[in-house]
Amino acid sequence: MPVLELRNISKNFGAIRALNGVDLSLDPGEVLGLMGDNGAGKSTIVKIIAGNFLPTGGEIFVDGEHVQFSKPLDARQKGIEVVYQDLALCNNLTAAANVFLGRELKRGIGPFQFLDHARMIKKAGELFVELKSETRPRDLVVQMSGGQRQAVAIARTRLTEPKVVLMDEPTAAISVRQVAEVLDLIRRLRDAGHAVVLISHRMPDVFAVADRVAVMRRGSKVADKLISKSSPEEVTGLITGAIDVA
Amino acid sequence: MSLDARQAKPAASVAVESVLGNKEKTIFQRLLSAQSFWVTIALGVMVVVMSILQPEAFSSWDNFYNITRNFAFVGIIALGMTAVIITGGIDLSVGSIIGFVGVATGVMLQAEYSWWLSSLVGLSAGLLVGLVNGYLVAYLNLSAFVVTLGTLSIARSLAIVLSGNKMLYEFGPDADIFNWIGGGDILTIANPVWLLVVSTIIFAIILNQTAWGRYLYAIGGNEQAAQATGVPVQRIKLQAYLLCAFMTAIAAVMLTGYNGSAINANGTGYELRVIASTVIGGANLMGGSGGAYGAFIGAALIEVIRNSLIMAGVDSNWQGTFVGSFIILAVLLEQVRGRRRD
Repeated sequence: MPVLELRNISKNFGAIRALNGVDLSLDPGEVLGLMGDNGAGKSTIVKIIAGNFLPTGGEIFVDGEHVQFSKPLDARQKGIEVVYQDLALCNNLTAAANVFLGRELKRGIGPFQFLDHARMIKKAGELFVELKSETRPRDLVVQMSGGQRQAVAIARTRLTEPKVVLMDEPTAAISVRQVAEVLDLIRRLRDAGHAVVLISHRMPDVFAVADRVAVMRRGSKVADKLISKSSPEEVTGLITGAIDVA
Repeated sequence: MSLDARQAKPAASVAVESVLGNKEKTIFQRLLSAQSFWVTIALGVMVVVMSILQPEAFSSWDNFYNITRNFAFVGIIALGMTAVIITGGIDLSVGSIIGFVGVATGVMLQAEYSWWLSSLVGLSAGLLVGLVNGYLVAYLNLSAFVVTLGTLSIARSLAIVLSGNKMLYEFGPDADIFNWIGGGDILTIANPVWLLVVSTIIFAIILNQTAWGRYLYAIGGNEQAAQATGVPVQRIKLQAYLLCAFMTAIAAVMLTGYNGSAINANGTGYELRVIASTVIGGANLMGGSGGAYGAFIGAALIEVIRNSLIMAGVDSNWQGTFVGSFIILAVLLEQVRGRRRD
């Protein structure tokens, strides 16, 4: 059974049709590359899955259960985590504080609840080790490299055992060496049994890490096939419209 | 979690212990990089120098009592201001809130209501201004500078109208107790100083040990990120302005008792001294940093400098020049340190 399934999802913004009857399904432990040009509808799909937008039409299923997300928290409670393109990190806070932001561990009695620094630092440290990232929980994010920042944003998604992790352009603005680091992080998420949706412009990244690629063009899905049965040339053609459908 | 051996890099062998044991900076290094630490040193130097130059006048108990009481009012408000400034906001209305709260309390006392009911009305008047500030900034996304500049004018005007532009000093049957609360002392330390010390401790706990405090820093650091991760940004911001107004209102009630009278011009220019205290203590006007101890020590430094200038025979009209220069200096210092960090 697919962990996430979209059936006939459409989205209109006023007169503009951003998504046009899109079907998409995702199996556990699968990495799906979601590609398309600017304005093709990638971000709209992500925002619908993440609970930022309600679809105009269509249905979403998580583990076969019909769901409706009216806010990001709803999606998170169903096991869908998002790594935003800008990573949504606070530079002035430590790595551990960022991992637990909005979900702090506390201890205390009744209304007197205090942050459990020790437990949060320990847990964040364990997550970084699992991700094989040299990120220290007490370091301020402002001092970190792009790869370390990605690790913080990804560690955040692993606080709970998410079913699906959406990654919005994780390799768009970092150096070549850090890209390799991020792709490793994605493989570790997959190996831990999480399904990953990788939204990306970068062909080599998708072909390096994804099992399957879906291509969007003008609000419709024009291809959905195994990476092993496709090629960068074909995907490029699909994105630009040189190839109609595949 | 299964580890994929093919992807393992040499760095992958780091153990949890080595990561956790590897502190970013030692406590000593952190101390040296804190602005409030250097302000404390500066304060210590000032006190030593003044004690040598003016052994009798400066280092007397009376002068200690006066200095601490004088900066207590500013310090109490600076704590609330710190919460607002950490979120990246500003509250320019605190000086006018002092006038408004004082007059509201005075009117009630003059009508012979009890000290506690009068104080309660005063506090409510302050919270009302805080509510307007917070709602407009947090929920309608208006600029904090403009909103609080508006309420600066509004609250002062209300104080003038409410007082009939007269001084209120006949505080009725509870005058003695009311005046003692703000002007008296316990164990030879002025009451507002006790309140400042207790408040500083409470604020230090709130800012460092609670989720609410952490959210203030998160909002100041990256408001969109805080929103995306589920921090109730609007509610927290509203509460920060309410807290600032509340601390201001408490200081205003005590100040009214200390003065033994309420005039609508009370607190004029306080916003400058309060903001100066927080900034000198290390709060960043861009948001994201600041602390309770910084507000305390910043207020203390300004007052000791003021006191020293008077003792050195400098015309008191020069005070504004010094306070203003210190604000600019503090911001300049922050800029230089920030540049070095990047």
